[in-house]
Amino acid sequence: MSTIAEVIPSARLSQDLFQKHGPALDAWFDERFAKKTQELEENKTRSLAIIATKGTMDWAYPPFILASTASALGWDVSVFFTFYGLELLKKDLHLEVSPLGNPGMPMKMPFGPKWFKGINWNVPNLVMAGLPGFEKMATGMMKQTVKNNGVATIAELREACIEGGVNLVACQMTVDLFGYTHGDFIPEVKDWIGAATFLPIAQQSDVCLFI
Amino acid sequence: MTTLRQELDARGLNCPLPILRVKKAITTMSHGQVLRVLATDPGSVKDFDAFCKQTGNELLASEHNGSEYAFLIRKN
Repeated sequence: MSTIAEVIPSARLSQDLFQKHGPALDAWFDERFAKKTQELEENKTRSLAIIATKGTMDWAYPPFILASTASALGWDVSVFFTFYGLELLKKDLHLEVSPLGNPGMPMKMPFGPKWFKGINWNVPNLVMAGLPGFEKMATGMMKQTVKNNGVATIAELREACIEGGVNLVACQMTVDLFGYTHGDFIPEVKDWIGAATFLPIAQQSDVCLFI
Repeated sequence: MTTLRQELDARGLNCPLPILRVKKAITTMSHGQVLRVLATDPGSVKDFDAFCKQTGNELLASEHNGSEYAFLIRKN
């Protein structure tokens, strides 16, 4: 059996070269590889995929804030709205917030002096449940607090997402389940899809969040 | 000496509005132009730093005067 170098003379030459310069070539390759990898990493367009499942005013903020900010950073963003999350895509946004059964939500007045605004009004669940219009009042106070603090409204953030080219997609199954029609939603909804279509988008993303 | 071409008043706005407004302003600018931003959101100090790193723009200056913040961002 002859060696490769005997059959192909040029192979003999490269083998000699490799024996002589092997370590230097290795080092050159490693350095080049690390540089190229870093370059690819730096130039890569990041992507974010969000599953938005909640339809109250408080839960509407995280998906829209993260999606609009990611689009401002130049990321590719997709948001999949499913179940109550569909509320966030309605033409008429009527999002409410409920302090009932939500011990994490502070009940504070959006007006008056600072010490007064700082008081947490601990209203028992039984009272909240029994008072007609309590959620409407809580929602109104939340909206005022948002305004007082220069925080964007949900409509503003949704508009920023649309302007930023965020891919807004909705769950067709939920539309059928809740008896909605496509006409109930803003025309910017890019597609009506199912889990099988969203999962490959999520799989490709750098960041994937369920909200 | 860099020429100030754009000014953006983001005072009174809270996260993520200052970033969104800056992004919008920067899109209309040409390369090398500088944007001066005023803000009152304390979170904007870290946010503009991160924004510039992510988008490849340069944060030339980040100043703090009382409750007001000023930033100089060059579009690259």
